[in-house]
Amino acid sequence: MFGALTAVCCLLAPIVGSTPISLSRVFSRTIPFADNVDAQVFFVARLPRVIAAALVGSGLAVAGVVFQALLRNPLASPDTLGVSAGATLGAMIAITFHVDVTLMGITSVPLASFVGSAGALGIVYLLAAARRRGTSSTVLLLAGVALSAFLGALLRLIQMVGDFTDTLRNVRWMMGSLDVASYAPIVAALVPMAFAFVVAGALPRVLDLVSLGAEAAESRGVDVRRAERIALLSASLSTGAAVSLGGPIPFVGIVVPHIVRLLVGADHRLVLPASALFGASFVIVCDLVARTALGPVELPVGTVTAIIGGPFFLWLLFRRLA
Amino acid sequence: MAAVPAPRVTRFAGRRTQRPRRFFAVFAAFAFFFLSAGAAHAQARRIVSIIPATTEMLFAMGAGDRLVAVGSYDRFPPEVEKLPRVGALLDPAVERILAMRPDLVILYGTQTELRTQLERAQIPHYPYVHRGLADITETIRSLGARIGVAPQAAALADRIERQLAEIRSRVARSPKPKTLLVFGRERGSLRNIDASGGVGFLHDMLETAGASDALGDVKQQSVTMTTELVLARAPEVIIELRYARGDDTDAADLRQWNALPAVPAVKNKRVFMLHGEEFVVPGPRVAAATERLARLLHPEVFR
Repeated sequence: MFGALTAVCCLLAPIVGSTPISLSRVFSRTIPFADNVDAQVFFVARLPRVIAAALVGSGLAVAGVVFQALLRNPLASPDTLGVSAGATLGAMIAITFHVDVTLMGITSVPLASFVGSAGALGIVYLLAAARRRGTSSTVLLLAGVALSAFLGALLRLIQMVGDFTDTLRNVRWMMGSLDVASYAPIVAALVPMAFAFVVAGALPRVLDLVSLGAEAAESRGVDVRRAERIALLSASLSTGAAVSLGGPIPFVGIVVPHIVRLLVGADHRLVLPASALFGASFVIVCDLVARTALGPVELPVGTVTAIIGGPFFLWLLFRRLA
Repeated sequence: MAAVPAPRVTRFAGRRTQRPRRFFAVFAAFAFFFLSAGAAHAQARRIVSIIPATTEMLFAMGAGDRLVAVGSYDRFPPEVEKLPRVGALLDPAVERILAMRPDLVILYGTQTELRTQLERAQIPHYPYVHRGLADITETIRSLGARIGVAPQAAALADRIERQLAEIRSRVARSPKPKTLLVFGRERGSLRNIDASGGVGFLHDMLETAGASDALGDVKQQSVTMTTELVLARAPEVIIELRYARGDDTDAADLRQWNALPAVPAVKNKRVFMLHGEEFVVPGPRVAAATERLARLLHPEVFR
């Protein structure tokens, strides 16, 4: 069902937009690409966006599932451990100090943002590796909160140094945007995400056990520390890639897993793939709303995710309680 | 605030208000209002301007020597480098402003907090807002009248208006290419393109320079564009403005537009870049900036 939903979203989203295009012109072989406006709208403006939305949505949702199970906390999200804040800090530095580096078609802002997330991930990983067996996940959570606060402070410090227009661009970046305008950043984000998804594919049983508690997991023969580290690493990688691609889009990572659990139950064998697919569809739809609702002016996708997602989640909860 | 001596008129009014009778209190309040307003007009000799545009205006109307402090982003004319800086739009340094003992503070209209603080310290202020091209000369005139250099200010405003009118008449018969005026985007990519919308001085400058604004119908000062919107608007000319100090990116940066070959401006190689902070400071250099736009759009009439 979720697969079908995502497929429909992926197929329909590039066709709808603020400008009408004709599909026959898009795929016409007689008009050269350089002159074919419809084809360029489709292949340059819309398709990369839809793919980016799908990647960001599934990346954040899967990371959310893993973090919530791992930290045994329903409020955990991809931002909890500071990876997102690290990515934001990286992007802010690139924007404010006009860093001008391009690596294999990846421009400075996403590049710096991924480096930032990797830095934060390194710190979190060291913390996780250093903690002794039996330490509660609360420690990790607290460390994440502290790291996020610290990075957030650095972020504001950098904003203070920045020019007025830079500050504006920083704010804009933080609201998220999926208009990536080329395929290079998508391919680049795909690499860490593919790794994270493959690892996540091996995780469901471990996550089921870990979310019951570390002792329960160990009594079933799971090397909890190792499993935790792998899960942490993969979820953080996927968060970093998603944030550097589309900005810190809120809400997806925390609520999509809950919505999916309300629909399919708590079994991670179902929750993980369903979250990936639902997250992808959700962000595609939100981005569609963002780019068409007020056309020609565009809404930041980060506000749309919360505006649509919030009431939807509340409705699901009420229906469940009633 | 105790360190700031109240101007003479205030003390005069204060003594009056101490009298018990209401009539006198009301009279004194009126007297204070008119006297202080009148006095400030003639006496603004220690001015703090924290907006680049008004700082430039003051220098251009020959009142630059009255400035005692400027804003963090004020760069022109070079004389401003010698003046102390007291913050800007988002971070005005109130204490340093008060310590300058100004008799007039020129601030942005939205800085309500700073306004309240200045009112409490009884320091007159002049609120300013960015609007259209016509508002620039209007501001010059009213600012000049406010500080007592009305004739010089009027001469400056007239000169700018004459220059703009001349540009307008030069390009009047030329075709008006649909032009997109971009003033920012993410480095090295076509993400988060900021372009001038259908209101504000950039839009007015563009139309004065003989272009039709590709986003003229979007009634906002700035529009964040997607690549789809660029394709849909199909501008015949794209002009990118670069204004940050030390921003030496050159024409190579324009190659990124080639990702959208169906845009007429890209197809016909009419994507340009102009450097200069005068494009984003709606002050006295606006006529020169508009002329640069016009020369780029209509080189044939500027030979």
